[in-house]
Amino acid sequence: MSFTLDARIPSGPLENKWDKAKFDFKLVNPSNKRKYNIICVGTGLAGGAAAASLGELGYNVKAFCYQDSPRRAHSIAAQGGINAAKNYQNDGDSVQRLFYDTIKGGDFRAREANVYRLAQVSVNIIDQCVAQGVPFAREYGGTLANRSFGGAQVSRTFYARGQTGQQLLLGAYQALERQIDAGSVKMYSRHEMLDLIVIDGRARGIVVRDMVTGQLDVHIADAVILATGGYGNVFYLSTNAKGCNTTAIWRAHKKGAGFANPCFTQIHPTCIPVSGDYQSKLTLMSESLRNDGRIWVPLKQGDTRTADQIPEAERDYYLERMYPAYGNLAPRDISSRAAKRVCDEGRGVGTSGRGVYLDFAESIGRLGQVAIEQRYGNLFEMYERITGENPYKVPMRIYPASHYTMGGLWVDYHLQSTIPGLFVLGEANFSDHGANRLGASALMQGLADGYFVIPFTMGNYLAQVKPGGVDENHPACAAAKREVEERTKTFLGINGKKTVDEFHRELGQVIWDECGMGRNAKGLDHALARIPEIREEFWKNVKVPGSGNELNQELEKVGRVADFLELGELLVRDARVREESCGAHFREEYQTPEGEALRDDQNFCHSAVWEYTGDNQEPVLHKEALTFDNVHLQQRNYK
Amino acid sequence: MRLTLNIWRQKSANEPGKMVKYDVPGVSEHMSFLEMLDVLNQRLIKQGDDPVVFEHDCREGICGCCGFMIDGVPHGPQRGTTVCQLHMRYFKDGDELYLEPFRAEAFPVVKDLLIDRSAFDRIIAAGGYVSVNTGSPQDANSLPIMKQCADMSMDAASCIGCGACVAACPNASAMLFVSAKISHLGLLPQGQPERDRRALRMLAQLQEEAFGACTNYGECEAACPKGIKLENIARMNRDYLKAALSYREEASAGGAA
Amino acid sequence: MSSVAVPSGFGRTAALFNSVVGKKIVMAVTGVILFGFVTVHMIGNLQIFLGPDRINAYGKFLQENVELLWPARIILLTSVALHILAAWQLTMLNNFKARPVAYVKKAALVSTYAARTMVWSGPIVGFFIVYHILHFTTMHAYPGVAPDDVYNKVIYGFQRQPAAAIFYMVANILLATHLYHGVWSLFQTLGVNHPRYTPWIKTGSKLFGFVIGMGNCSIPLAVLLKVLPRTL
Repeated sequence: MSFTLDARIPSGPLENKWDKAKFDFKLVNPSNKRKYNIICVGTGLAGGAAAASLGELGYNVKAFCYQDSPRRAHSIAAQGGINAAKNYQNDGDSVQRLFYDTIKGGDFRAREANVYRLAQVSVNIIDQCVAQGVPFAREYGGTLANRSFGGAQVSRTFYARGQTGQQLLLGAYQALERQIDAGSVKMYSRHEMLDLIVIDGRARGIVVRDMVTGQLDVHIADAVILATGGYGNVFYLSTNAKGCNTTAIWRAHKKGAGFANPCFTQIHPTCIPVSGDYQSKLTLMSESLRNDGRIWVPLKQGDTRTADQIPEAERDYYLERMYPAYGNLAPRDISSRAAKRVCDEGRGVGTSGRGVYLDFAESIGRLGQVAIEQRYGNLFEMYERITGENPYKVPMRIYPASHYTMGGLWVDYHLQSTIPGLFVLGEANFSDHGANRLGASALMQGLADGYFVIPFTMGNYLAQVKPGGVDENHPACAAAKREVEERTKTFLGINGKKTVDEFHRELGQVIWDECGMGRNAKGLDHALARIPEIREEFWKNVKVPGSGNELNQELEKVGRVADFLELGELLVRDARVREESCGAHFREEYQTPEGEALRDDQNFCHSAVWEYTGDNQEPVLHKEALTFDNVHLQQRNYK
Repeated sequence: MRLTLNIWRQKSANEPGKMVKYDVPGVSEHMSFLEMLDVLNQRLIKQGDDPVVFEHDCREGICGCCGFMIDGVPHGPQRGTTVCQLHMRYFKDGDELYLEPFRAEAFPVVKDLLIDRSAFDRIIAAGGYVSVNTGSPQDANSLPIMKQCADMSMDAASCIGCGACVAACPNASAMLFVSAKISHLGLLPQGQPERDRRALRMLAQLQEEAFGACTNYGECEAACPKGIKLENIARMNRDYLKAALSYREEASAGGAA
Repeated sequence: MSSVAVPSGFGRTAALFNSVVGKKIVMAVTGVILFGFVTVHMIGNLQIFLGPDRINAYGKFLQENVELLWPARIILLTSVALHILAAWQLTMLNNFKARPVAYVKKAALVSTYAARTMVWSGPIVGFFIVYHILHFTTMHAYPGVAPDDVYNKVIYGFQRQPAAAIFYMVANILLATHLYHGVWSLFQTLGVNHPRYTPWIKTGSKLFGFVIGMGNCSIPLAVLLKVLPRTL
């Protein structure tokens, strides 16, 4: 099996492409829509919005999520906000500027047409969410409030306190529940997708495990949507929810979907530092804090004084010093690397020495504690609960952590993967953020894909296929189910000495050390040798208690970690062959004299799309060349 | 520090459960409560025992997955905190704690500390939304909303659906949950067209699900990790009363009659 | 389609009473009536401290205005009946069934003693009302032969049976706690809750419960302590 990459970008000028595509799309007659079945895996912003919108259109939708309710998808944890080119602040924003900021923020490694469409529909998202009753922050005049975010010089971020993701997700969830009540969507909570079923070259169904009874079921449809989020948990410690996993997209990859740019993983600059080896996850402090907080470390190495004892003259506000134009609002990859650098220099703070201060003293002095409380009250409380320190009095300590994955399954302009009928939305795909995502753009992309792209492109796909044609009795279904059964049996039969978490930690440590904020050939080669070793031991020595026909959280985890162990290798391999630095992918060999990412547009102006060729076989690399007709390729400069 | 935990163990919904005592040494004050249970579970797995099942996901207090009773209090002793954000510095060496699932007829135990809260989804499906299809609504700023209304709506909307209110209520009532959604939407102009219908349908579904009635104890408000106020229940009662008294049957199609 | 139909047509009035919030509203509205009654009843009875003439005249006034007395009695009895019926149904049909497996350990965070004992103070007060009617209205439970005038009827009633006086006081203390939770609660049920006023409502209901409790207890207490002398 092999694929060719056709991005199916409509012809014509950039700003007319989406309109042209929408006009060219074939349509499904309203009375025929109910004859089509669509499976949607994942119910976060992208999946929830897609399932609800497709249900509204009249398709039969089956939605799946591993949580106990669609309202719990990890989109809920996004704090800061959502970007939209509304230009309500009259500060020079436009669709063109949001497009440009996103392309530039992604260090020119995203597809122009997709990003432009994202910027175009961003304005509809805000309208749609307000109509649903999302309680965005407002000004006294009753209009919507905006804040600014990293990587932008305009205020275009809409927010609902520090719970923007929650409120947007609840909007999508409520729309979804409305369709469930109307009967157009059937919801399967606590169901985990364990394999994709491909029949005659088309994605036709999935194998799911009922996580309460352990029963395996096959569901068949005319098209499958994966909106299952990113693979940031490959690092073990990340800001992702514990359940976030790569299984759905990895299984699809193994069935023929190309995996694009797996090495583009974002490290978020503002997380609460690790406190001990029992640490189960890292907690993000919204990037919006950088609006009013100043980041600094002591000038001297190994300074053990407390923050209040260090006089102003002995502090290094390193972001303000290095990037005066953007200062503390420099993009995420740049801020993260800068934090790593000062900690590597021995100027980190906290007991571990892996931390920098995020100081609000100046803002509290200027605006008063009440203003700061109104803006960030819940974040400050959260910080205090976790660390036991009061950030109104002592500066927060923060450190970067794995947060988001720009890479994912390759999709064309229609959001279809290399498997016809398999659509991939949101963080699970690779489409819009290039090598680095700007703050408040993930929510925008998830909702754009779910509300405003897939309803059109799905119709176009379905209009060209006959509904039905295969059922659960097809031999491919039985084969897929048997494969999953075998795998479960194998896991339960190993009965080794190490727990699933131990293997996951080990893998995460290798990837964090060798393929985290800074990467080099030597380290990557080491990781490429080490990961297969861990994987080998895993299959011999992992211990999974209990049985397959009950609620078994260890069994759920072991399957996910098995997939991370394969994906991890691909991630490192991708980082190894991309011999340039771009965005979040920082190869230490390729940097400017000032230590900034040095792109190689001659050789690497492409998306790397990997094709799976078999277990323990080298995957095949395909390249989708990126052409920039509307922006000028330039060195990113945030000074 | 060293703790003694009495944990409710129940293999499945149909089997009876019981309290089992565990000794947990080596607890660091920087651990979260769930990390402390992780440590216990790692030990149980290595011993060949069944680990304790508890629901959790984001571990940053927003997804609403986690939650069980610690010494008879949902999410434990720290106010305004989900159990995933509760840290062990809140406890002291030698403490003996009782961990139980949230208990209610409407929240059957699935396993150990993990319960089925799908009743909440069905209540939302009965009317906890604004009926607007995806499309091209009016410009977001064409609908000015008083800042205070937006803020109060946001207060109510911050409910995470964890079920602590039900767990804390001596009547296992879900009024705080339902009223939070009714307030979130009822305080906004977008929620007005369906306000009556929402109150009637959501409360009818609440009753279907075998939650108890509100007797104004206030335990729910105290236990809520997100600080949802009893004021919302009063607003819901108001909405219900108005809806029940002013309700008239939908006119049949045609209009001429 | 939807699993929840909006109640329609003729069943609507019944639906109000079928819903848990509707029942609470019925309890709140009847609560207002009963709350008015206990206030007037207490003020009327406290006239006993103004001497036999005043209280006897008050009794006579009530007896002679049958056209006022009976409608009032019917409204009150209906209110009591509805109040009890709603409470009984909510408790038995909803609340007791909502948590079939009890907690091994359960803490009370903020609920008041008054709130937690409503389910007991209610029935005891209800029993007291029946006894009180049999005691002083229909006289079936009156000890011995009653004097003709209201003033001495009360004094003999308690002096011949000090246990009755003590039961009156216990029941009225429970009534006080019932009112304390009940009065603020009825505001909440009827939808009145505002951060500015609710603290006052709570303080007011505490005060109200205290005044009614003390006022009503003062009569049997005064009789037992012989502060009120017999005049026959």
